Amino acid sequence: MNIVMPDFAPAIPEMFVLAMACFILIADLYVSDENRFITYLLSLATLVGASLLTINLHTGESVLTFNGTFISDTMADVLKIFIYLVTGVVFIYARGYLQDRNLFKGEFYVLGLFGVLGMMVMVSAHNFLSIYLGLELLSLCLYALVAMHRDSQDASEAAMKYFVLGALASGILLYGMSLLYGVTGTLDIAEFRSNINQIGDPNHVVLVLGLVMVIVGMAFKLGAVPFHMWIPDIYHGAPTAVTLFIGSAPKIAAFAMVMRLLVDGLGGIHAQWQDILIIMSVLSMGIGNIIAIAQTNIKRMLAYSTISHVGFILLGILAGSRAGYSASMFYTIVYAIMSMGGFGMVLLMSRVGFEADKLDDFRGLNERSPWFAFMMLILMFSMAGVPPTVGFYAKLSVLQAVVGADLTWLAVVAIIFSIIGAFYYLRIIKLMYFDKPEDTTPITSNPEMRILLSVNGLGVLALGIFPSSLLALCMAAIPNI
Amino acid sequence: MSSEEIIFYAFSAILIFAAGMVITIRNPVFAALSLVLAFFTSAALWILLEAEFLGLTLVLVYVGAVMVLFLFVVMMLDINLAVLKEGFAKYLPFGAVVAIIMLAQLAVIVGPKQFGLDKFANPVAQGVEYSNTKELGRQLYTDYLYPFEIAAVILLVAIIAAIALTMRKRVKRQTMQPEQQVQVKRNERVRLVKMPAEKKL
Amino acid sequence: MLDLIEPFMQWMPESLANVSIIVMKITALLVPLLLGVAYLTLAERKVIGYIQVRIGPNRVGPRGLLQPIADALKLLTKEIILPSSANRFLFLVGPVLAIAPAVAAWAVIPFDDGMVIADVNAGLLYILAMTSMGVYGVIIAGWASNSKYAFLGALRSAAQIVSYEIAMGFAIVGVLLAAGSLNIGEIVLAQQGGVWQWFWLPLLPLFFIYFISGVAETNRAPFDVAEGESEIVAGFHVEYSGMAFAVFFLAEYANMILVAALTSLLFWGGWLSPLEGILPASVFDIAVIGALLGPGIHWFLLKTAFFLFVFLWLRATFPRYRYDQIMRLGWKVFIPITIVWLLLVGWAVVDHWAPWFD
Repeated sequence: MNIVMPDFAPAIPEMFVLAMACFILIADLYVSDENRFITYLLSLATLVGASLLTINLHTGESVLTFNGTFISDTMADVLKIFIYLVTGVVFIYARGYLQDRNLFKGEFYVLGLFGVLGMMVMVSAHNFLSIYLGLELLSLCLYALVAMHRDSQDASEAAMKYFVLGALASGILLYGMSLLYGVTGTLDIAEFRSNINQIGDPNHVVLVLGLVMVIVGMAFKLGAVPFHMWIPDIYHGAPTAVTLFIGSAPKIAAFAMVMRLLVDGLGGIHAQWQDILIIMSVLSMGIGNIIAIAQTNIKRMLAYSTISHVGFILLGILAGSRAGYSASMFYTIVYAIMSMGGFGMVLLMSRVGFEADKLDDFRGLNERSPWFAFMMLILMFSMAGVPPTVGFYAKLSVLQAVVGADLTWLAVVAIIFSIIGAFYYLRIIKLMYFDKPEDTTPITSNPEMRILLSVNGLGVLALGIFPSSLLALCMAAIPNI
Repeated sequence: MSSEEIIFYAFSAILIFAAGMVITIRNPVFAALSLVLAFFTSAALWILLEAEFLGLTLVLVYVGAVMVLFLFVVMMLDINLAVLKEGFAKYLPFGAVVAIIMLAQLAVIVGPKQFGLDKFANPVAQGVEYSNTKELGRQLYTDYLYPFEIAAVILLVAIIAAIALTMRKRVKRQTMQPEQQVQVKRNERVRLVKMPAEKKL
Repeated sequence: MLDLIEPFMQWMPESLANVSIIVMKITALLVPLLLGVAYLTLAERKVIGYIQVRIGPNRVGPRGLLQPIADALKLLTKEIILPSSANRFLFLVGPVLAIAPAVAAWAVIPFDDGMVIADVNAGLLYILAMTSMGVYGVIIAGWASNSKYAFLGALRSAAQIVSYEIAMGFAIVGVLLAAGSLNIGEIVLAQQGGVWQWFWLPLLPLFFIYFISGVAETNRAPFDVAEGESEIVAGFHVEYSGMAFAVFFLAEYANMILVAALTSLLFWGGWLSPLEGILPASVFDIAVIGALLGPGIHWFLLKTAFFLFVFLWLRATFPRYRYDQIMRLGWKVFIPITIVWLLLVGWAVVDHWAPWFD
């Protein structure tokens, strides 16, 4: 029996994160509640270490290892770096909130790190099996994180809903994968692609059903209409710190999953899935933006805004061109950063016994803290897509790609829905600047969060003024297909 | 009919019957036991397919461990069936329609037209010496090493999540420390007191 | 043996002949097994009697030798009482589910080289699967009786069996690593070469853990809190009487014999002779003495009998464990030790440590 040792080098960041997560898990047992800070610092150090490793190991070529179940390419590395970055910021934002609610425990960070590992697996997957397992690893961590606030009924209910619906979606995804396996006889993405071409019949009934089921599973994880029902409830019910995590980094991983499955694997039958994605994207933008107007809870409002942003991400992918994919990647990264800032603001305003999750809680923020009102202004402008913020460029590049794919009508629809959506973002700005504050308690939070949130807000502005480097990075990450 | 076919149809019939019992029977303990029966018969079917490792592991893991714990919970919970069955009649027509549509779809898609024996050759029957346990182990630890390890991590996370969500530190705990218990010396427990003898009044 | 029967089978169709041969084999195994179970009860009372300086049963038959027969007759003629609010069907199915796996597991036990009903590749796995099913009899009996004592006993017993199954499984994985096979016959053959080659030596901790877990799995003293007559009367079978009760008894003793047999097969060379490698090879060629000293079923039975004696010895010697101590021993002591030892065995096998793994 000859055993060929696989090349472990490309997966060193994954191994590092896994080893550190296990180490933190054990180390945390020996840390008393007063020194929980150590766990926190170790977790941040893990993310920093992982980013250094990822940058150092980056070769610019795509390397396959572990019998083709793992791929390391530019897209994976770029997305991983942003996952570390976003998760690190989430950890820092979350600290004050967790401490106030007696949730500052090692498990938050350990589960967060395992979630990061799951995202890394998804991003680097080159086999249906690894995609699915990465997704399950991530989802399991998220279910547990949502339920972390054990005494809160809302959180338990949200976790239950998330778990049941998530398990159902995973089942559908897995069933779709099994059908695709039945057609092509392989789980390896590259092999799958060539086998599909061999079949030659893009209307093969099993293939199409498998495709539909896979898309349903992915749409659920992304939160695209009509599989979006979980998003508002879970965003609302989960502790805000967890909502922040769910709403940011996993979107990057979900984008990677769509790229690997639909574009890399099923790219050969692009025409088959383009129509499905068009419907989902139009519905997501429409329903997301319109229902968001009716919300009074900012977490719910941001949840519906997520749905509409997912519609935009799908737009870029369905364009089916390199420009479209990179625009979509740009949009995803930008969205993660904006959503981090948006939920970060909710965290900033919250304090012991006060969640700050009502829209009314933002009334007159300008009088209480002009600086953070300004930050919120930038973030809301960016989400609405107002120049010169980065949100504008994200929307612009996606729309360019859609027009480039001869779908001008779709671009027009997207613009109309964005204009409708701008209403509720601007309403927050109106509340902050033109209304009187109802509650005048000064905003207290730890300094690292204040600094980081300012960087977050200014970053959105700066990226909007100089978007070219990130755009170029996203372009470089997508290989010519 | 060959004896293999007789065994196959017998076990399939039991499997379908047991699976039906799982969802129709009123008593939750009986439902769980029917599930055990369903697992057991499907294990038998797998063994018939020469997948003895999978079959036996199914019995070992699902029947021997998972369902035991499941039964524990079902037996200890006081499940009010009336409440559980409340919406049953109301949703039955809708559920039946969905089920029939799904069945029809499955028949079309996974039926013999797509996956018939003419599309896929009969698998080769292996000799007595062939151990699919060994073959499975070799595949898992070489070709599928990476997914296998990730699956292990998922189980670890499941353990962490379960403990994090359920373990509460009790304030007044009476657990004993066995390592302290065994270190007790005689002098710590027994005190000899010298007393003058009582005088008679 | 089979050659003798063959002529009588000529008139039958082939499939029927096959079935009847299998049935005959099963009978040839079951009858001695059940007799063994019956006399194990007598042996238990005698051994414990002598350990406690008593004589034990001595009235029925010469030196009490017919006592098991008398017991069996008594139990057979007793009424099976159905508690009024018990679940009738499950109450009667419980004992059957207890004894069926205990007996079914014997299908893959080799008594001598090739002397086995089903020589399957995954024999060890089959044993694990079957023994793990035995717990259903206990749980169902406890629940169906509709009695608090029975239910408590069932819960205790089931939790204990499930917990110790892990350590037991890991110990067996050690054996399978060392032997490189799941077939029990091959495992025995892998131990050839005298008493120092048997797996008890390289797998010493696993052997102890296997045996102790076996004692715990069969709910025997000192792990018999599931029956705990001082607290929960008799555990899961309080409500049973007559033959239904006897079936539980049979299952428990059949399981004991199974654990003892497996211990001798997996760790003590099964039917192999301990004298191999000590006596010169020519001794084994002498007519009768050679067959006695060489490998054979008698060695297997002897070893099994010894481990059965250890079961009784333990019962007579140790006080009962407290429940939390049982759980602690299983989860916090045995499982870590087995995992560490598995790593060591894996290393030894890869590294071909002489004299066991070369």
